[in-house]
Amino acid sequence: MIRHIPALALLAALAALPFALGQNPYLLNALITTGIVTIAAMSLNLLLGFTGQLSLGHIAFFGIGAYVSALTSLGFDVELVGGVRVVHEPWPPVVGFLLAVLATAACGYLVGRLSFRVRGAYFVIVTISFAEVVRLVALNWVELTQGPLALTGIPPFSLGLPGLGTTTLRTKLQNYYLVLVVGTLCYALIARLVASRFGRAMRGLKENESLALSVGINATRTLTVAAVISAAMAGAAGSLYAHYLRIIDPDVFLFSTTVTMVIMVVGGGKGTLLGPIVGGLIFGLLPVALRPVMVPEAQWMVFGLVLIAIQFVMPKGIVPGVARLVTRRRASAATAPRIPMEVRP
Amino acid sequence: MPEFLQHLLNTLILGGTYALLGIGLTLIFGIMNVVNFTHGALYTVGAYVMYIAVTALGLSFFAALPTAILGGLLLGAILDLVLLRPLRGADMDTTMLVMIGAGIVLQSGTLWLFGGVAKSIPTPFPDAPLQLGPVSVSWLRLFVLGAALVLIGLTYGLINRTRLGLAMRATFQDHDTASLMGVNVRLIYTATFALGSSLAAAAGALLGPVYVVFPQMGGMAELKAFAIVILGGLGNITGAAIGGFILALAEELGAGYISSGYRDAMGFLIIIAVLVFKPTGLFAKAERIG
Repeated sequence: MIRHIPALALLAALAALPFALGQNPYLLNALITTGIVTIAAMSLNLLLGFTGQLSLGHIAFFGIGAYVSALTSLGFDVELVGGVRVVHEPWPPVVGFLLAVLATAACGYLVGRLSFRVRGAYFVIVTISFAEVVRLVALNWVELTQGPLALTGIPPFSLGLPGLGTTTLRTKLQNYYLVLVVGTLCYALIARLVASRFGRAMRGLKENESLALSVGINATRTLTVAAVISAAMAGAAGSLYAHYLRIIDPDVFLFSTTVTMVIMVVGGGKGTLLGPIVGGLIFGLLPVALRPVMVPEAQWMVFGLVLIAIQFVMPKGIVPGVARLVTRRRASAATAPRIPMEVRP
Repeated sequence: MPEFLQHLLNTLILGGTYALLGIGLTLIFGIMNVVNFTHGALYTVGAYVMYIAVTALGLSFFAALPTAILGGLLLGAILDLVLLRPLRGADMDTTMLVMIGAGIVLQSGTLWLFGGVAKSIPTPFPDAPLQLGPVSVSWLRLFVLGAALVLIGLTYGLINRTRLGLAMRATFQDHDTASLMGVNVRLIYTATFALGSSLAAAAGALLGPVYVVFPQMGGMAELKAFAIVILGGLGNITGAAIGGFILALAEELGAGYISSGYRDAMGFLIIIAVLVFKPTGLFAKAERIG
């Protein structure tokens, strides 16, 4: 229980945050989008931090989740190759969310089976390629996705309990708590996973793949399962994004969002549970702090410089860096030699 | 049939610059084990140096090209000295992230300096295309092909015929042994990165006048360079040269016979296909270069 105290304290602080900010809509909006990207960063951390595979195509799962969820709730009418016509009537957004999770999990499986045949540079490049192919499909399959014209009028989530009626989440405050709940569930799932036998297998592969193989860990299966869970979480984040913004276009697949997620994970501390959240809050809200003082191009230059600086100054990230400082201070306080009085002049 | 011939001719012209891009990237990867995420930014920088040289400095088109190549060479050397030299021996993910950061800084810096409006580079070539029987080609594109082939030839000469090239080949095979034999490996790394960067800048300077120049032009070029390098096998220079032409052919045929919207998708489909059927690339990873 004690090791969960920092996370629970953070959760309590985040739950109280909207009221501390006086429900300022501009800040709430920044917090919601930051929260959504942070969930995606947490899912990226599962791959990058715990299995050590640098996936630079993670935005693909986020975008697929957004499009699946949006199309499920909007309906579509497309003609496939061979004259087969597919008509879909709109379904509730919650169903869209579930389908987004399932569809991205399936994509995670496919990409995992395909790309875990290779490692290192090959893996990085194949994941980028996957994201670009998906972006080009979203851009060019105009009949389904409206292409650059964007999908508009996506309905917001409605939540209902039997006997209590339904609520449609229209306000920013409601969406903030929705994101917080989904984020907390994802955190709990990742925490359970990492502490399990499966989590040890993942870390074994990261530390020393041949050693892990020699003790009977199935590398491809372990990595693929990690990719499936990670993709599904990114898809869930994408669904939240679509129903919160209520408009999506192929720009959701931009490489720069993947870079933002990577900065969040690497800056916060890859392979730690809290790292992506701390990194997500810092680098998600940094643009809000920088916006009054600099143009977006300059903000991106700052992001790039921060990414470089992290590798030089704090390669393990903020959370492990701070944790080490704390333990070192405790250790030095406990073992510091007492300076004898008479030495002083 | 004339249509197909025209596609083949276009392939040849596009393929030359793609080969330059790919050779630069594969050299850096093969010798330094660095995945260069600034390659696209250097391509953009080459195009902008060309633009400035022709418009603001008033240099002739033919003098502007070497200026752009020199610009890429210098910027590459600086990037290596400032960012890569202190990280020598770090794992590949670290250098990759640093290179991504540097790429963002360069691209956003270009956007900040020049704005997002696309610029076109004036050329001294006549507008009327050259008719070759059933096909036609602009003089500018012919010049681009010629210049690309000359640069590819010079790179091959440098690697196979000079002492620097010998040292690069030795470093590629085994940098420890090369170091023991008196090769200044640190210098070779800097030279390699500068050479690879200058080739990216050259590709940008050559394709910039054909299309238009804008700050994000490097993003797609970089991804294509990755596709070419994977196709040819990481670190394989001849593979990258051939890969450049194969990618150009796939794009031309894809755009001509499937849909122009999916032109840029060809590179990625090639990557995915290569990884499914032959993960080492078409020509396997070279044990030696040259």
